[in-house]
Amino acid sequence: MKIGTPKETFAAENRVAMTPASAKDLQKLGYDCVIESGAGAAAGFSDKAYKDAGVEVVKTGTALFKAVDIVAKVRPPSDAEAKRLRADQTLISFFYPAQNEKLMNTVNGKGATAIAMDMVPRISRAQKMDALSSMANIAGYRAVIEAGNNFGRFFTGQVTAAGKVPPAKVLVVGAGVAGLAAIGTATSLGAITYAFDVRPEVAEQVESMGAEFVFLDFEEDQADGASTGGYAAVSSPEFAAAQLAKFREIAPDIDIVITTALIPGRDAPELWTKDMVEAMKPGSVIIDLAAERGGNCKLTVMDEKIVTDNGVTIVGYTDFPSRMAAQSSTLYATNIRHMMTDLTPEKDGTPVHNMEDDVIRGATITHAGDVTFPPPPPKVAAIAAQPKKEAPKELTPEEKRAEETAAFKAQTRNQVTLLAVGGALLLAVGLVAPASFMQHFIVFVLSVFIGFQVIWGVAHSLHTPLMAVTNAISSIIILGALVQVGSGSFLVIILASLAIFMTGINIFGGFLVTRRMLAMFQKS
Amino acid sequence: MEFGFTTAAYVVAAVLFILSLGGLSGQESAKRAVWYGIAGMALAVVATLMGPGAGLWFWSLILIAGGGVIGYQLATKVQMTQMPELVAAMHSLVGLAAVFVGFIAHFEIGNAAAGGDLGTFAAMIAKKSAVEVNILRVELFLGIFIGAVTFTGSVIAYGKLAGRVNSAATKLPGGHMLNIAAAAIAVLTLIWYFNSGGFFPLFIMTLAALFVGYHLIMGIGGADMPVVVSMLNSYSGWAAAAIGFSLGNDLLIVVGALVGSSGAILSYIMCKAMNRSFVSVILGGFGGPAGEQMAVEGEQVAIDADGVATALNEADSVIIIPGYGMAVAQAQTAVAELVRKLRAQGKNVRFAIHPVAGRLPGHMNVLLAEAKVPYDIVMEMDEINDDFPDTDVAIVIGSNDIVNPAAQDDPNSPIAGMPVLECWKAKQVFVSKRGQGTGYSGIENPLFFKDNTRMFYGDAKASLDTLLPKID
Repeated sequence: MKIGTPKETFAAENRVAMTPASAKDLQKLGYDCVIESGAGAAAGFSDKAYKDAGVEVVKTGTALFKAVDIVAKVRPPSDAEAKRLRADQTLISFFYPAQNEKLMNTVNGKGATAIAMDMVPRISRAQKMDALSSMANIAGYRAVIEAGNNFGRFFTGQVTAAGKVPPAKVLVVGAGVAGLAAIGTATSLGAITYAFDVRPEVAEQVESMGAEFVFLDFEEDQADGASTGGYAAVSSPEFAAAQLAKFREIAPDIDIVITTALIPGRDAPELWTKDMVEAMKPGSVIIDLAAERGGNCKLTVMDEKIVTDNGVTIVGYTDFPSRMAAQSSTLYATNIRHMMTDLTPEKDGTPVHNMEDDVIRGATITHAGDVTFPPPPPKVAAIAAQPKKEAPKELTPEEKRAEETAAFKAQTRNQVTLLAVGGALLLAVGLVAPASFMQHFIVFVLSVFIGFQVIWGVAHSLHTPLMAVTNAISSIIILGALVQVGSGSFLVIILASLAIFMTGINIFGGFLVTRRMLAMFQKS
Repeated sequence: MEFGFTTAAYVVAAVLFILSLGGLSGQESAKRAVWYGIAGMALAVVATLMGPGAGLWFWSLILIAGGGVIGYQLATKVQMTQMPELVAAMHSLVGLAAVFVGFIAHFEIGNAAAGGDLGTFAAMIAKKSAVEVNILRVELFLGIFIGAVTFTGSVIAYGKLAGRVNSAATKLPGGHMLNIAAAAIAVLTLIWYFNSGGFFPLFIMTLAALFVGYHLIMGIGGADMPVVVSMLNSYSGWAAAAIGFSLGNDLLIVVGALVGSSGAILSYIMCKAMNRSFVSVILGGFGGPAGEQMAVEGEQVAIDADGVATALNEADSVIIIPGYGMAVAQAQTAVAELVRKLRAQGKNVRFAIHPVAGRLPGHMNVLLAEAKVPYDIVMEMDEINDDFPDTDVAIVIGSNDIVNPAAQDDPNSPIAGMPVLECWKAKQVFVSKRGQGTGYSGIENPLFFKDNTRMFYGDAKASLDTLLPKID
């Protein structure tokens, strides 16, 4: 079958859904690849590069739609494109079906199958085709670069001959994929980075990227992100108030704010208010990655860069991935290729639309003449629910002391009990056993005691040599055989000789191997 | 020679043995400690040969020398990865020697009763009262029993470690009932022997004990071998102590007790590291899971040598977690070479050793030492577990259960509560592993499915050899 990619018709869209590299992989799955002339030009892939990769280049989009069975593109189809689809065709692209119901009905009316890359469920198995994440990653990176471009100072603090430069302070709001990518980029440029998210469980991830998590002084059972498939949910009014208060407190200190907070299916929540912008220093920069959905800052103008009266730059671009078209096309094309791999289990160039598969089912929005959106909830939870962890209580000094005394008392009690029981047992044995036995018995008990005291001090790393040494010295049983071998009885001599011989092996073997091992341990 | 001289020599030997064990507290003092042990043993043997009771001392010396040659051969030829087998095999010799010495003691009791031409030992017995002879019988009975269990147990342990016996836990039909029956036979024969003093009940008991040793260790799986080996070590000590009682030899008692308690403590440490009770290890297999285990969702993402090399070249801190797989693949020298290269670049490279990694307590330390890894970068679990969050790359080489996060997250996991190395907290984890299968215990490991985990499939040594040239 043929898979084809048209040139994106959306204004200023530079990405392309197929690269020469991904085309080669698609051909390995048994597909013939087709591309519209000039589709990859804006992303840096020439027609020649495609031809060299064995891709057929057609002149116009119309011709491409006629020629292929599967259309792979980036943006949702335009009305014109949707009308070109046929009943036997499959469309793979971003679609946002919840917002584009009319478009979905048009595609369905044509009888075509549509797979929405933005509907791929967030489960581990589907990560390789999670295009939202790969685009968000780029957006996060680019947001920092864009901020740097508009920020008049270094990110990293420097002490130079010409004076001391303080490091830039960056606040990232929303630690999703884009937020984490922004944190990573900002810290690696040398900025002091703070991050905030309504999901407290991401604090660990934030810290692992090198940023400091901004905690609120707020007592509430915060919703576990796992219950909503890893996405943020709407927070309570009290929580929102506490959050705004915290932002207001730190706003004058922050040089760069990058907001990425989005809640699925809703307008972006307002997190950076007008008074916070006014509190910021002149020259500060705000990058609002939520601009497309109204913005986390109400002053944001979609697709534009504005400068406020107090000199704060607010960037509301929505096309960050498209601004890095070569990178984002490569990643998106790989996502598409992974989707095709899952659709083509036999690698024979024929897609099998298995609606039992969680990933394919979730992403498919129209199929065989039916609208199949919204999908049923996936059979497996995206993220295992976090077991509730009891936070270890900070102990006051008094409690600590009480605990220590209690532990000491328990230890004393244990030791005294052991001593009492042991002593009583010894006495009991002493009552019945003859004196000659008791002599040896005392030696035995004391030796066991010494053994316990000494062995606890042995280093873990020397346990193997310890075993070899104890093995060697347990051959002390040779003494028994040596004493007995002088007996007159032939049988006894034979047995004793065997015992001496075997323990002889053991003594030499055990000590030598221990020495060999110990000689190997050396300091650096 | 006077009896007093022998006793004095024994006291010195006992002190030397104690110093020898105590000296193992550090790598440097350990090198001296072995000499204490050797001196103690030499002193003990010489004193016994010159002391009362010894006969045929020339013949004895020949036998010791003959055994010594074989021991020397074994000790110099053995590969460090084969240490567990060697230790197990040597335990079996001690066990068997204990059985023989016990038998001899029994015959001597008979000789003493019969009178006539007596050896010194028999003469000593002849002086004993009836109660003392009875106690003597109990002692040698115990010595033979423990010695016989140690013997077959060690032989089976050797077979499992050397791969000659299937390392899976197998039990004869009847399971623990057979062990209980054999133990019951031993108790019955003890009473019988006590009353009759004949050889036959002793013989029956020996057979029963041999069976117990065989069946007990057959029922314990490969991963529990560290406990088994140290337990057998302990048994061989107790057998020596019991024989010491019957011979009235204090040095035997002292050393037997030292070895016995040493093995017991090692077993305890191993069990604690697996969060399991000694009894459950000895009775074999894992306890049944308490409920449905958490399903593991996701897929294992593979990576090639180039990817690992890039990550390692960029990392500042690396922790390597070796396991039995490293020993099997003989990969320790390749690992050491990797560490040398990384350290030459100024990276902070350390090893994290779980107490039960490998098949012998401290197994990994010895292997790494053999490959000339400096011991001060080889850390214990407690020393290093808190450092994983600050670590760029963790490399897991041939270990599985000891890095299984299910032990912490899943209360229904068979290994729930076992302390594990929290390598998944590192920024990136590479797992060098043969294939996708589960490890010895058959427990699914969620670590392999984590987002920051990449699977580096293949034989550990082959994988590392392809990786090494790529590190610069």
